[in-house]
Amino acid sequence: MTEKGKKAKAMQVWHFSEMAYHPAWEHLGDSYRVIIPNRLFDPTIGADLYHRYLDEWALCDELGINIMTNEHHATATCADSVCTIPMAILARETKKVRLLALGMPIGNRNDPIRVAEEYSIIDVISRGRLDMGFVKGVPFEISPANTNPADLTERFWEAHDLILKAMTSHDGPFNWEGTHFHYRSVNVWPRPYQEPHPPVWMPVGSTGSAAEAAERGITIGVLNTGWARTPAIFDAYRRKAHEAGREPTPDKLAYMALIGVGKTREEGWRRADQILGYSRTSGIVAPQFANPPGYVPAAGAAQMLKGGGAMAARATRVQTKDGRPINPRTMTVAEAVDAGLSFAGTPDDVFDQLKAFYDHVGGFGHLLMMGQGGYISHEDTVDNLSLFSREVLPRLAELG
Amino acid sequence: MEHIDLGGIAVETAILGNGPPLLFLHGGDYVAQNSAFLDRLARRWRVVAPRHPGFGASSRPSWFRTVHDIAYLYLDLLDRLALTDTLLVGSSFGGWLALEIAVRSEARLGRLVLIDALGVKPGGREERDIADIYALPAEEVLGRLFVEPVHVVPDYAMLDDSELLAIAHDREATALYGWRPYMHDPALAHWLHRITRPALVLWGEEDGIVTPAYGERLAAALPNARFERIAQAAHYPQIEQPEKVAALIERFASEDRP
Repeated sequence: MTEKGKKAKAMQVWHFSEMAYHPAWEHLGDSYRVIIPNRLFDPTIGADLYHRYLDEWALCDELGINIMTNEHHATATCADSVCTIPMAILARETKKVRLLALGMPIGNRNDPIRVAEEYSIIDVISRGRLDMGFVKGVPFEISPANTNPADLTERFWEAHDLILKAMTSHDGPFNWEGTHFHYRSVNVWPRPYQEPHPPVWMPVGSTGSAAEAAERGITIGVLNTGWARTPAIFDAYRRKAHEAGREPTPDKLAYMALIGVGKTREEGWRRADQILGYSRTSGIVAPQFANPPGYVPAAGAAQMLKGGGAMAARATRVQTKDGRPINPRTMTVAEAVDAGLSFAGTPDDVFDQLKAFYDHVGGFGHLLMMGQGGYISHEDTVDNLSLFSREVLPRLAELG
Repeated sequence: MEHIDLGGIAVETAILGNGPPLLFLHGGDYVAQNSAFLDRLARRWRVVAPRHPGFGASSRPSWFRTVHDIAYLYLDLLDRLALTDTLLVGSSFGGWLALEIAVRSEARLGRLVLIDALGVKPGGREERDIADIYALPAEEVLGRLFVEPVHVVPDYAMLDDSELLAIAHDREATALYGWRPYMHDPALAHWLHRITRPALVLWGEEDGIVTPAYGERLAAALPNARFERIAQAAHYPQIEQPEKVAALIERFASEDRP
């Protein structure tokens, strides 16, 4: 597809779920991650949940909503510890929609070639429907992977370069003796279905990371940054893209929101309230895992030392429109909607909130819709997605 | 404080006092808290105390990644300053560096003092020989580092930006060099036989990072070492008991060679 054709395309919507194992939540204390014993995971309940979440994604193929997975490790907030496994299932179970894995923590996986292989197989089985995400990973992913936080960024980019070269080299083995990865015979089979390779995505949470992605033409997914922090990130991307001689088309920008749609405002808010279980739990982590040394540049770490540590810094990141900090653990729907983290209510409410946010940040081409999260039931999730597909999706062409 | 340029690496180095040479290698954190100890040593020695590359305001080129690089750099430093019969004193991470230096060359060394040194792993693969400071709650780490943390740990809100930045660099660099394998070099234990200079292994009796039993095993692995415990001290005895540790080092330095 040409750049021009892409620009004309209406906003794409992606249904995202973390496949939470919420039955364990009531047993957890001050950490939902890293140190919690897996005896709290009952595999029989887990099997039902995996099938349920996969059913919800499979339904998206009929609803015209694309699919997004992610991964986290050693946590009850996200039981998807390998983002390519549900994608491999969905590559065959679906026929039409695109599949975004956002994504693979390539600075934490020791074998980038394996990542290239996994993504290539999914791309081929799905007949070219894969969008592949590379993520640096939240700080609490460092401990489960035991990777060095002090050179994570360097490792991330070397893995990125190697994976793309492996996917685009079709003439037999090549040599890679880098700083972090050493292979003397890189020769990935299969090659990907899409040419030159599946679109590359990266989640970013800062202007610096946005600029790094813009330089390389990578699509960015911005999560949990809300009304207050998103405009600067999108602006940084657009500015850097222009500098690099790339046009920052809207399809390079994605924003995630927790979405609860209902036939009534009350029903939409009730669904959003249940999905907000994600936001209320996802940051609950023992503080020693929240900022491993070197994960943020020293200047930032120095300021955190002064300000009472990483947890204090995290606690003020979510803000209302007028700059009041919101405690993510107790956030209400009203606060989440005010902060631009959630769009909730009737289809009209959701469209109006989305439109206001879209205009506020200068537009974007992808809506990452968390349509399932927290305690919301299967029936409510299905109705949430169906209603969105029927009532909101057709109106997205009105944006912009 | 001066910067000594060693092959393009600017090493921030404090040089204090007059007398025979003493090279002090600091640990991974609480570097500024060594000052009382270093001042005390400077009454008898010419104390050379570099900040390791990547720590504080010392530079680190991107290729410079392991404790082995630091060991060679400090062998260069000994050559540059033409130090002979040097008393090499290393604390914690700096003790690991002292071992890495000594197994490579003792030519410019007279004696070694190892204070709660890291660097070896005596136990099996499922034993935690060195406490995981990155996985334990901060309060517990402090309790393992110091008998009385309140007397040592600074009020970070009161420090100026350059001091805070130096500490952030210290912590980042410690992780860079020591993350995996965790705070040790698996081969080092097999080369300790090369350290024939007299060594004094000092250990805080209440060290909860590496226990005195770890220290005793380290001392036993060195051909010519004596082990001594320091009461009322944990991982950094020279910070909590500077006078006592300095006096023990003085006595050790005055002993006849065995």
